[in-house]
Amino acid sequence: MSLVPTPGQTVGPFFGYALPYDGDSELVPPTRPDAIRLHGRVYDGAGDPVPDALIELWQAAPDGAVPRAPGSLHRDGYTFTGWGRAATDRTGHYQFSTLRPGGGVAPFAQPFFAITVFARGLLDRLFTRAYLPGTAPAQWPSLAARADDRGFVFDIRLQGEGETVFLAYTAP
Amino acid sequence: MNTQAELSAEIEAISKEYDASGAASDFRAETDVRLDYPPYRSSILRHPTKAPQQVDPEGIELWAPVFGQRDVDPLESDLTIQHRGEPIGERMIVTGRVTDGDGRPVRHQLVEVWQANAGGRYIHQRDQHPAAIDPNFTGMGRCLTDGDGNYRFTTIKPGPYPWKNHHNAWRPAHIHFSLFGTEFTQRLITQMYFPGDPLFALDPIYQAIVDPAARDRLVATYDHDVTTHEWSTGYRWDIVLTGSHRTPQEGDVE
Repeated sequence: MSLVPTPGQTVGPFFGYALPYDGDSELVPPTRPDAIRLHGRVYDGAGDPVPDALIELWQAAPDGAVPRAPGSLHRDGYTFTGWGRAATDRTGHYQFSTLRPGGGVAPFAQPFFAITVFARGLLDRLFTRAYLPGTAPAQWPSLAARADDRGFVFDIRLQGEGETVFLAYTAP
Repeated sequence: MNTQAELSAEIEAISKEYDASGAASDFRAETDVRLDYPPYRSSILRHPTKAPQQVDPEGIELWAPVFGQRDVDPLESDLTIQHRGEPIGERMIVTGRVTDGDGRPVRHQLVEVWQANAGGRYIHQRDQHPAAIDPNFTGMGRCLTDGDGNYRFTTIKPGPYPWKNHHNAWRPAHIHFSLFGTEFTQRLITQMYFPGDPLFALDPIYQAIVDPAARDRLVATYDHDVTTHEWSTGYRWDIVLTGSHRTPQEGDVE
């Protein structure tokens, strides 16, 4: 049986009271010694920051394991659930406190942060990947995060020069 | 600022172009919303210009985050009991089933909803529509699907509201839905509408799904079997996520 999927619609302008929640972007407490920061800005086609975007992060644990624990919505401060959500601020900036993702199983050995982008004006979600420095496929330079002093920077350009590569998953 | 007539002419032109393409031998109905849909003005600078890269999902993308009883209180599915008093408006139940593209139920997975109140006003501070805020209605709810993929919310029927896309622009009444599947690739945020809304033809967000049959998939059905005696009206809306690349296994979800 193959059913036609329900179409998407924009997240709209008013998700701010509904989708963000306390602790949403802190997959681990930022004070944890091995915590890293994944952060960046979202830009539109004019190069202006997007202050009403929502970024979701899904990733493996440092040992490469797929997190299978609930608790992302009410974090206990210890369990790594691998998932988080961050709204952009007035400057289009988002940030997560998380752990470095570990490698998967060959041939998918390059670890990445799986990212979903929502925004007012964006009619459907966009999928992309933020690869650790030096591991992005050569044809996708926009998917390489760069290192900074506390983690990684990954900017998202919705349109225009340096447009981020977005992904469509092949049908099963 | 454009008039509704000018905006509607743009919508009509895109619709006619799509209908005309239906005669082509290689025609395939569009099942998704378009990202590039100029009548929705905010989309003009916010849609990618390059086609997405087709990839096979790998690693973490073959899995979805797990949500459980720790995450969601069962009372969060009732949007009418979040304050001391009863909210104003038509009490309604909205329920349905979440499946993947193969018809398999999406079990024990997170569903989030948010919406305007009966007067068309969001509690969000940036909503400046001069309609009353209802002190007894926030308009946000969560639930987990049951073992057969069913969700169920009790809420108030939202009103239509004005927005600034063009002069005298009004959105059809809708409830925002956020859904997770059994893998990352199935993530969906969309909007549920109500049958027969007179604003459908005028709304560039709804019309950004250019195929009429695809648009219809966002419209709930009034269901008298969901309506309850002397309590609330009832609507049914089923949701289909994309196909899963992985055979679901024991232990996928809590």
